[in-house]
Amino acid sequence: MKDMAPATALRAVNWNRLEDEKDLEVWNRLTSNFWLPEKVPLSNDVPSWATLRAEERELTIRVFTGLTLLDTVQNTVGAPALMADAVTPHEEAVLSNIAFMEAVHARSYSSIFSTLCSTEEVDAAFRWSEENPHLQKKAALVLDAYRAGDPLQKKAASVFLESFLFYSGFYLPMWWSSRAKLTNTADLIRLIIRDEAVHGYYIGYKFQQGLAQVSAAERARIKDFAFSLIFDLYEVETRYTAELYDGPGLTGDVRHFLHYNANKALMNLGYEPLFPAEAAEVNPAILSALSPGSENHDFFSGSGSSYVIGRAVATEDEDWDF
Amino acid sequence: MQGLAYFTSASGNTGRFIDRLGLPAFRLGAGADPSVLRARPFVLVCPSYSDGEGRGAVPKPVIRALNDPAIRAQLLGVIGAGNRNFGPLFGHAGRVIAEKCNVPLLYRFELAGTETDLARVRGGLAQFRRA
Ligand SMILES: Cc1cc2nc3c(=O)[nH]c(=O)nc-3n(C[C@H](O)[C@H](O)[C@H](O)COP(=O)(O)O)c2cc1C
Ligand SMILES: [Fe+2]
Ligand SMILES: [Fe+2]
Repeated sequence: MKDMAPATALRAVNWNRLEDEKDLEVWNRLTSNFWLPEKVPLSNDVPSWATLRAEERELTIRVFTGLTLLDTVQNTVGAPALMADAVTPHEEAVLSNIAFMEAVHARSYSSIFSTLCSTEEVDAAFRWSEENPHLQKKAALVLDAYRAGDPLQKKAASVFLESFLFYSGFYLPMWWSSRAKLTNTADLIRLIIRDEAVHGYYIGYKFQQGLAQVSAAERARIKDFAFSLIFDLYEVETRYTAELYDGPGLTGDVRHFLHYNANKALMNLGYEPLFPAEAAEVNPAILSALSPGSENHDFFSGSGSSYVIGRAVATEDEDWDF
Repeated sequence: MQGLAYFTSASGNTGRFIDRLGLPAFRLGAGADPSVLRARPFVLVCPSYSDGEGRGAVPKPVIRALNDPAIRAQLLGVIGAGNRNFGPLFGHAGRVIAEKCNVPLLYRFELAGTETDLARVRGGLAQFRRA
């Protein structure tokens, strides 16, 4: 058989010819963030897990199966759908890294389960996740956008999933960690949260780049789509949140966290926040669980612990020559 | 009255914060010569871009400007921008600059900032002005 040249030449990705510097910047950050669940000593949480009441254990496993579902969607549908729309070959490569890490995230919840829980408890929670109408609805809303949306709509949906929908779930391990429970599990979740921050940033950035290429009318149409989608998702999220968190009396606290994250998701897309500042004010214990050890004396708000800023930090000394 | 300088990359979060703040500010890394910053005291607003270990958090154009002793001498303090989801490295560039230049880390905010952040930064800068 004779070799036939394809109609358009296939292009090999050349990382020494960048069309967008952000592709390399984000690639570097994502590859240096790489981790596997085996790195986290989850078994140290076994004694802590044993102190949880049955309903607290059930809530925790349910929350984690909900998160598993969203990561599965990102791994199998979301990231591949965005790859098809990539405008640079490097963007496609970054998205393939993102797709793989979504599989690591989904897999890591099962590591938590196999370390802490019984098979029956876990099977019951997976059944719950398949039957829970709110969880199924939010995944379906995002999947609709992935299947039927244009490239900008898909990106908006992806940012909402990664920067907003995950947080009703992420709240719980942060709350446990603020009460010195399941702290190794929280360390693993923080690795996921950090990855999602880069994903939301990057896809939001590509969204903004794409938006700058279209007409004002098209921009208005996309903005309407984005705000109406986040509204629909928010409605489902509030019901999902109430169902999970009414029991322990945390629904109010979680809602503030939802508002805060919805605002951040919109900022990733370059939009203004939706929820007013008071509604988006998060329990300080949850904030410090998100960024432990980063407290600072804060001159402008007069709050924060008065840590001296004297801890040695890694700096690029060859760049700072004074 | 002190001046204001900032860096923002193509994602533009810090730039949107500065726009909403509504105060005149010098943008680093956009081509203009930073030596104008030698003229009077200023506060710097800087986003963080570290690798996983915290290295490289401060954008190069900011380092280049601060390597000029006459600019550094005018730096009053720094406001770090970033995202709390980076955990212990939240707003890390602010901390690195504060340490390197021996100035206070005045404030930190996430992404393009909230109304609360804008109010605190406005209030803080005004207080500075009176001091
Ligand atoms: C590669 C990369 C690394 C980052 N590292 C950090 C970090 O260490 N700490 C932090 O708080 N934010 C970090 N961020 C988040 C940015 O600082 C944040 O999105 C900021 O708003 C960007 O500002 P800009 O859009 O004005 O450039 C990082 C973002 C990227 C893309
Ligand atoms: Fe994920
Ligand atoms: Fe993700």
